[in-house]
Amino acid sequence: MCGIAGLIHRNKSSNVGFELQGMLQALKHRGEDSTGYALYGDTDGKNFIARIKIGENVGEGSSSVAEDVSVYDQRKKEVDTCINELGAKIVKEERILPYSLRYEIEYNKKDLLEFSQRIESIPGVEILSMGKSLEVIKDLGNAKMVCDRYNLDKLIGTHAIGHARMATESGVDIKSAHPFWGYPFSDVSVVHNGQLTNYWNNRRALENKGMRFMSECDSELIAVYLAEKMRSGATLEEGMKESLSGLDGVFTYFVATKNSLGMAKDTMAAKPLVLYESDDLVAMGSEEIAIRSVLPQEIDTYDPFDGEVKVWQI
Amino acid sequence: MANLKNVTKKTKAQEMGMHSEVLTGRTQQKFFNPDEAENFYYFGTYDVDFNKRTNLDVKDMTAAEANKKIDNLMSEGYGTIVIKNPQGKHSLGVGILNKLNLIFEGSLGYFGIGSCDGPVVRINGRVGWSCAENLMAGKVVIEKNAGSCFGAAIRGGDLICKGSVGARTGIDMKGGTIIIGGDAGAFTGFMMQRGRIIILGDVGINLGDSMYDGTIFIGGKIGSYGSDAVPSDLTKSDQDWLRRKLKVAEIGENFDVSKMTKVVAGKKLWNYDNLEPTEKKGAI
Repeated sequence: MCGIAGLIHRNKSSNVGFELQGMLQALKHRGEDSTGYALYGDTDGKNFIARIKIGENVGEGSSSVAEDVSVYDQRKKEVDTCINELGAKIVKEERILPYSLRYEIEYNKKDLLEFSQRIESIPGVEILSMGKSLEVIKDLGNAKMVCDRYNLDKLIGTHAIGHARMATESGVDIKSAHPFWGYPFSDVSVVHNGQLTNYWNNRRALENKGMRFMSECDSELIAVYLAEKMRSGATLEEGMKESLSGLDGVFTYFVATKNSLGMAKDTMAAKPLVLYESDDLVAMGSEEIAIRSVLPQEIDTYDPFDGEVKVWQI
Repeated sequence: MANLKNVTKKTKAQEMGMHSEVLTGRTQQKFFNPDEAENFYYFGTYDVDFNKRTNLDVKDMTAAEANKKIDNLMSEGYGTIVIKNPQGKHSLGVGILNKLNLIFEGSLGYFGIGSCDGPVVRINGRVGWSCAENLMAGKVVIEKNAGSCFGAAIRGGDLICKGSVGARTGIDMKGGTIIIGGDAGAFTGFMMQRGRIIILGDVGINLGDSMYDGTIFIGGKIGSYGSDAVPSDLTKSDQDWLRRKLKVAEIGENFDVSKMTKVVAGKKLWNYDNLEPTEKKGAI
């Protein structure tokens, strides 16, 4: 059934890595095949941060095929070469796990399409996220396991969204895990709870327009759909409103950008969402217990109505 | 099953105003008998004293532990139990087939007060999805908002939310009354079969979609009507009943009920013809 959670601090930064971990762990009964974080950290905004996957987690429960670590090493070399050829400069790099890379990159172009296409032309390589603030971290297991594996609990930032996944229509692997990056837009990420029933029709249409899909997870469609709307000149909020009629099925999804956090709920209101809103903080999740992990005191919460779209700025 | 359209003699329940709708179609119905109510007990229920009161802090308990503890307290004769720190936990206060005053000082998660028969419950907070599902009798009052599927499939009792509720309020309800002080979402009264829903605020799209029977009263704007839901005349007796009900519910006491919209089933859907599905196939 999956669970989603998100929060945005207004006028201040906070330990959003730790907070989101608590929210997602409270929702682990909704699915712990994989857990993903989209964290918007405090940075100087000069360099891009790229989270790149060069392999899959093939641990217990994974539907991926095991590969030798030497294959990952070779892919990393190719990624490094490709970055240099693109005229970008690697300022800092971390290899947190054999299949997971984090780069800070000096890159002067605003359009990330060429960069992304070149990097992802290397077989087995996927950019999980790219942005001046966004970092998408996703892996198999529940929120605590992923948080501990990637040391996320000390990340300071303004907002974050995350997803606890019960795999239903695609594999138990990192590529099908949420959040999805709004490729190729800097700092755009999406998480989704629900099912999209016009996935293939929309996918074919978007692929004909040159948009890229990395998985067969229906939720990826939302990220690509919004990215295509934005590429066509729509604002994020306009794209989200159009998605209510353009996407068929049942869904509640969150989308985040460098400065904002938004939610949309389908017209059937078939998927849950509880929302808390104050001047300083907006917190929302599939269940109230997620919000309680950051706000244990008595608070006023509500369910957004069917067909509702909301966007908050930091 | 007798055709209740032709029944002229009123039962005691009807004289008391408890069952005033005229049934048509093939609805199977067994009325609550007020003469037998006081003699009816479930196995495993307790004699409790409403003046015997206790507090129960469930902060560090699971839902199962908390519900078991409530049962134990009832077995000790406690008739008023105050639950502290529910903190949005799911499935609290379920399966209570007893007369009991139950007060929650905080909010509940999903499936709170499910499958209950008899308790009077006050929740000084919010409730998540499917609150009071399958309520048979009793009264549940929520001081703040409620999630979707509020009062799903209830068969009796009064369910009152002073705030707003999500989608599918009263879905599949078979009796009782749901009263909402604020707004309600889409598909309110979806497939309801009996009972009444009162919404003082606005309501979303597809109101009363595929409703079989029952009545919905709306105080505000209606997003759209669902299949086979139609407006009906608001009678003087409707208004009297609404005023009485709102007063008892301590909600919208001064609300102008004369301007409310009454919605009933149009009874044009396939299930209102006189043929069984197999007979229908033969006729075609």
